[in-house]
Amino acid sequence: MIRIENLETRLSGFNLHSINLSIEAGEFFILMGPTGAGKTVLLEAIAGLVPVRSGRILIGGKDVTRLPPEKRGIGIVYQDYVLFPHMTVMENIRYGLHFHRLGAEETEKRLKGLIGELELMHLVDRIPLNLSGGELQRVALARALMVKPAVLLLDEPLSALDPNFREDIRHGLERIHRSTNTTFLMVTHDFAEALSLGSRGAVMNNGRIEQAGRMEDIFQRPGTPFVADFVGMKNIFEAQFSGSRAVIGGMLEIDMGRQAQGDHGLIAIRPDDITIAREKILSNNKHLFKGTVAAIIDQGFYYEAHVQVGKITFKALVSKRSLFELRLFDGAEVFLSFEANSIHAL
Amino acid sequence: MVWCGLVVMAFIVIPLVELMTAPSLSGLKETLNDNEVMRSIWLSIYTAGWAALASFILGTPLAYLLARKDFRGKRLVEGIIDLPIVIPHPVVGIAILGVVGKNHWIGRELAELGIRVMGSVTGIIVVLIFVGLPFYLHAAKEGFENISPRLEGVSRSLGASMPGTFFRITFPLAWRSMLVGIIMCAARAISEFGAVVVVAYHPMIAPVLIYERFEGYGLKYSQPVAVWLVLVCLILFFVLRFLTLPKKKKT
Repeated sequence: MIRIENLETRLSGFNLHSINLSIEAGEFFILMGPTGAGKTVLLEAIAGLVPVRSGRILIGGKDVTRLPPEKRGIGIVYQDYVLFPHMTVMENIRYGLHFHRLGAEETEKRLKGLIGELELMHLVDRIPLNLSGGELQRVALARALMVKPAVLLLDEPLSALDPNFREDIRHGLERIHRSTNTTFLMVTHDFAEALSLGSRGAVMNNGRIEQAGRMEDIFQRPGTPFVADFVGMKNIFEAQFSGSRAVIGGMLEIDMGRQAQGDHGLIAIRPDDITIAREKILSNNKHLFKGTVAAIIDQGFYYEAHVQVGKITFKALVSKRSLFELRLFDGAEVFLSFEANSIHAL
Repeated sequence: MVWCGLVVMAFIVIPLVELMTAPSLSGLKETLNDNEVMRSIWLSIYTAGWAALASFILGTPLAYLLARKDFRGKRLVEGIIDLPIVIPHPVVGIAILGVVGKNHWIGRELAELGIRVMGSVTGIIVVLIFVGLPFYLHAAKEGFENISPRLEGVSRSLGASMPGTFFRITFPLAWRSMLVGIIMCAARAISEFGAVVVVAYHPMIAPVLIYERFEGYGLKYSQPVAVWLVLVCLILFFVLRFLTLPKKKKT
């Protein structure tokens, strides 16, 4: 449905570089990445709102790189709603109809469908000024869907909403995506959202695509150190491989239980896959290392313990409760363990 | 601090109150029947009005461009726009005369077309556009800057062309700023003296007539004309204040 080939933008500051991406028709595609990675710029480039230096954008097989936004058939919904403030909710929803001639019957059918689906009936005569975030975002969705775009771009549509509204609209998005054959391309920071909505996705960094593919692959088999770190793989080490063994930091030997490719590379372990104990617990398939607590960092709902083993620092998640039960403090001697199948070779 | 404030207030208000109250009512009435005075005041309004309209038509695309696009030399363009504000007014008149005279090709072209600038209504309007345009550009640019480009982007994505988007989204949201700009431009134009007197002593706009009366007959004879001109300016001033009033949020 969407094919992007070697896309580069031409903006005065930040730019996209050699973006290649392919999104299937009807797919719910997720775009992730840290702030400033260029996710919004990529959406706007697809919509035709950002100048392109080189490369091509194809939608439904048609090259739209040089087409103005109004000829592309792409809807866009922003985090901050961007409703037309001088129009009522109804006028906002009907805005696109000025430029898409529909029969009266078809118009009524679509209006009724969207207003019902998004529960906007009681709002149609209001102006956007005094509506809540959830209401505004539902109006913005209805406005974009009214003209049946082939592609709907969503720029963090849920991030600004209260958690209970967020859930509502997330289900709304799911329903709408199922009931229309529109291709969805959504930017989000929220991994739960990404995993529940998306079938495939991509991680961006610094104006480039770091990895694209199935959501499970991105989270379970990150392809670059950046993606690993981004999806929460905080333990990334350089390793020398020999057979199924990996040596990290020149001294720690790990059995990965499978053959590695090449003789050196990176391995990654999620911090929640590492267990910390005060006593040595022996187990067959587990790796066990003795180390010293170097730091304990408060992360809100949990703590991140940095454990020094030789030259290497492991980061492990610890709940508040186990922090007290284990009597962890800086300098405490601990044993950390993890299983072979939680080691990811990048 | 309070004292300083009071001094400033008094400094501005006392001379104006004195001016407004000096002429007798009958004197003011009499001035209204003076054809020369009425003609000059109407000419002032007429020329300032045309200057504001021309600034609106000429200035809107540029103001929009400056508000929306970053380009090489943008700061230079913005600097050039501000030049008419800092140049002494008689110099503006002299500069314009230098271009429209017989010694310049533009002047010869204009003469060919039968357009006379020196000593004509056209000349007055040209001068007033020169001094008034920056005020319109600033107000309109600020108005456009306050409208999120995303509103226009969404409008385009929904199928509106660029002009369609301007008339349906940008203009309805920016008209207030544009009107403020038009009024500021007109107010600036109606108070211009130095530049106009160089280019066109006749036909006489109100400030030139006031100057002539003052020179020829003294303070007493210039005051009634001045009062009427001030009233015209005050009307513009109040409309402006009303338009720029902070909008009360409806809750």
